[in-house]
Amino acid sequence: MKFIPHSESEKKEMLKEAGVSSFEELFKDVPAKKKLKQDLNLGKPLSEMQLRQEIEELASKNKNAKQLKLFLGAGCYNHFIPATVGAIVGRSEFYTAYTPYQPEMSQGMLQAIYEWQSHICLLTGMDIANASMYDGASACAEAMLMAKTATRRKKMVVAGALNPEYLAVLKTYANANSLELKEVAIEETGKAVDEETACVIVQNPDFLGRVQKLNELGKKVHEKGALLVVAIAEALSLASIEKPAGYGADIVAMEAQSFGNPMSFGGPHPGVIACREKLVRQIPGRLVGKTTDSDGKDGFILTMQAREQHIRRAKAGSNICSNQALCALASTVYLSTVGWKGLKEIAEQNHQNAEYLAEKLEAKGFELPYGKEFFNEFVVKKENAKELQAKLLEKGIVFGHSLSENKLLVAVTEMNSMKEIDELIEAIGG
Amino acid sequence: MKTIFDKGMDLSEVEVVRHYTALSRRNFGVDLGFYPLGSCTMKYNPKVCEDTARLDGFTGIHPLQPAKTVQGAMQLMYKLEKMLCEITGFARFSLQPAAGAQGELTGIMIMRAHFQEKGEQREKILVPDSAHGTNPASVSLCGFQAVELKSDSEGNVDLADLREKMDEKIAGIMITNPNTLGLFDTNIEKVCEIVHSKGGLVYGDGANMNAMLGICRPRELGIDIMHLNLHKTFSTPHGGGGPGSGPVGVVEELVDFLPVPLIEKNGENYEFNSKGKKSIGKVRSFYGNFGVMVKAFTYIKALGAVGLREVAEVAVLNANYLKEKLKPHYKLAFDRVCQHEFVLSDEGLANGVTTNDVAKRLLDYGVHPPTVYFPLIVKGAIMIEPTETETRETLNNFVDIMITIKQEAEKQPELVKEAPHSMPVKRLDAVKAAREPNLRWKE
Repeated sequence: MKFIPHSESEKKEMLKEAGVSSFEELFKDVPAKKKLKQDLNLGKPLSEMQLRQEIEELASKNKNAKQLKLFLGAGCYNHFIPATVGAIVGRSEFYTAYTPYQPEMSQGMLQAIYEWQSHICLLTGMDIANASMYDGASACAEAMLMAKTATRRKKMVVAGALNPEYLAVLKTYANANSLELKEVAIEETGKAVDEETACVIVQNPDFLGRVQKLNELGKKVHEKGALLVVAIAEALSLASIEKPAGYGADIVAMEAQSFGNPMSFGGPHPGVIACREKLVRQIPGRLVGKTTDSDGKDGFILTMQAREQHIRRAKAGSNICSNQALCALASTVYLSTVGWKGLKEIAEQNHQNAEYLAEKLEAKGFELPYGKEFFNEFVVKKENAKELQAKLLEKGIVFGHSLSENKLLVAVTEMNSMKEIDELIEAIGG
Repeated sequence: MKTIFDKGMDLSEVEVVRHYTALSRRNFGVDLGFYPLGSCTMKYNPKVCEDTARLDGFTGIHPLQPAKTVQGAMQLMYKLEKMLCEITGFARFSLQPAAGAQGELTGIMIMRAHFQEKGEQREKILVPDSAHGTNPASVSLCGFQAVELKSDSEGNVDLADLREKMDEKIAGIMITNPNTLGLFDTNIEKVCEIVHSKGGLVYGDGANMNAMLGICRPRELGIDIMHLNLHKTFSTPHGGGGPGSGPVGVVEELVDFLPVPLIEKNGENYEFNSKGKKSIGKVRSFYGNFGVMVKAFTYIKALGAVGLREVAEVAVLNANYLKEKLKPHYKLAFDRVCQHEFVLSDEGLANGVTTNDVAKRLLDYGVHPPTVYFPLIVKGAIMIEPTETETRETLNNFVDIMITIKQEAEKQPELVKEAPHSMPVKRLDAVKAAREPNLRWKE
């Protein structure tokens, strides 16, 4: 395939005009002994047709969501994506652009990010949202670093069931920053928080799917001058449950994959941080602001860059540079397409489908050990559940994420039709 | 333009599509024209890579599906890792970091873990003055102190300064080679030797790997840890600011510190290995930006070994060609054979016209401006990276435009100082944006 336009004779002419006699001379600063004497072992170039065939073959070795009945969530959800998303994200004016450093030439992406920030603020009730983070887990870790800087304290508390992927990333970042990270049960949070606590991190709905009442927890955290960080792995839940701002969140660390981004084996997905206005100087990543041009006309620009690494260098609170802008664009188009009414309906459908499955499973003798206050995901318990899971896989059903021999975390979205749920129940058998 | 919220949030599909299509027309990507943004490697993004990344077999798989149902994806990641090892010479790569900066962070965490294991207290890391801002930021984020190293008159790391600063309290150095001046550091082997002689590690910032593809391997130059930017070197599109992907490669003795999981091949099967007891842990959920990996894999397969080498050769050729053509008109910061990019200065432009003015005037000519005011060590830096995918015609056209702008600066300075004139907006008030933040739509 020809991605380089130069003919051989053109190369020769250009070498001459560049004042060198050969390619060898262009690389004269590379130590002679270190120059590769032979081609890399990477094979021959492929034609587009060969390439597609080879890669399609790899893709076909996977069982995708269209071939499976997927009841799996745990931080990544199979939601429907309207065609508008692909149409807009597929516009190369967006996807082949760099970070909008030149605002006059990048008003499109800048405005789209401003709209994304607005969407996230409206959904969470928070004052400020950034242009995106790598994912929900690293957003959570960066929220912890924000809390450290804002409070000048080094004790972090994780309350309740946090997604293990998020917890793992938190541990990595905490370790590198010499922060103390303590895990406690929700009920124990009050006791665990003291005047040295920077923040309490709590997921809602939690990893086990429970929608939590966090008002009291928020108060306890604030009494000690600590910040409440709310992690959200299923963004769609925001259309159904109380906004984090309502129960005292100071920072929301969120994964917005559910809005218009395919699962893609775990990425790329848009993470995001939203926070209270008082924390604006600590928020990491890009922020787009509205301003005016020299004629007084409205326009958008990357702003408050004094927080960022390219200005503050070693003193920056985060080193984030590239983010997940295109994924954020996908989410923006998704939200604008379905609208508020549509989003509520989708959330409602998720909840109803989940309730329907939960009921059916209970009738089959499954227990719901963590209750029924869930959104679209819940834990079921039954002897040998893991074995059953393996059996169902043979029938093309992925029945949840295994937590232990007898517990499964099961997710249901609008993509799991009533019929599909009935098929699952039938496959489980007596 | 009005925001979507001003139009109401329960719109018909056509209204939504027109809104975002209109926005796209107020944006500039590589498909529209020349984008010589230094150190960002804005090469053409092959369309086939977009297609392969969108295959249902890749987009429609869940990261926690049983491994036997995602063997194709795991095989692709396994093979991509092997390719990156072959290209760079490292023992293994973690594909998990989501961007270059996260790759850096991962690399510095590995350095930290390495010295912790050895029981050595090393608190500082050397960073050349020409480094990207992410370098010192990554260093601080891992509890190290960044110590700046000078560049010498040739644009290389100043060896005398390095010898003076390098001791047993220094964990190592973060070095970008070719550096942000676009120069291959002729001292690179010496730099690595000095750092190694005091027990330090060398971190390579792979932002500029494009110039080394198939030419030499960073590992063989003496580098111990390095991140690559799949969104630069391997042509995955930048997406208006991401997603990127910043895999980290290490030498054999540091493999155990890599993030988990790694993918292992066991007979005909691919498995996730999360056992690494010394691993720094995870830096991102699941396995990284998989969709970006598919694109990079497709790209490397399309080009093969010969194609990749040609990428480096022509990238360097294009940069030198442009450099020689522009040298008589703009001050060249370092007059040497450059690699993938070079840096001009605004010194000597007439009537106080600055780099920023030149950049804004370029917009009127339909060219995305180069990186400006970076590296910090060149006054009014204009950092130009043409990449290998640009034709001679495009380069010549750019030269003509740059010469015209220089003449305009002499004869009609206001035209340049007030540019752009043809964009949807004129120069924006950045001070107002920061002082009176309006970061979201409100009713």
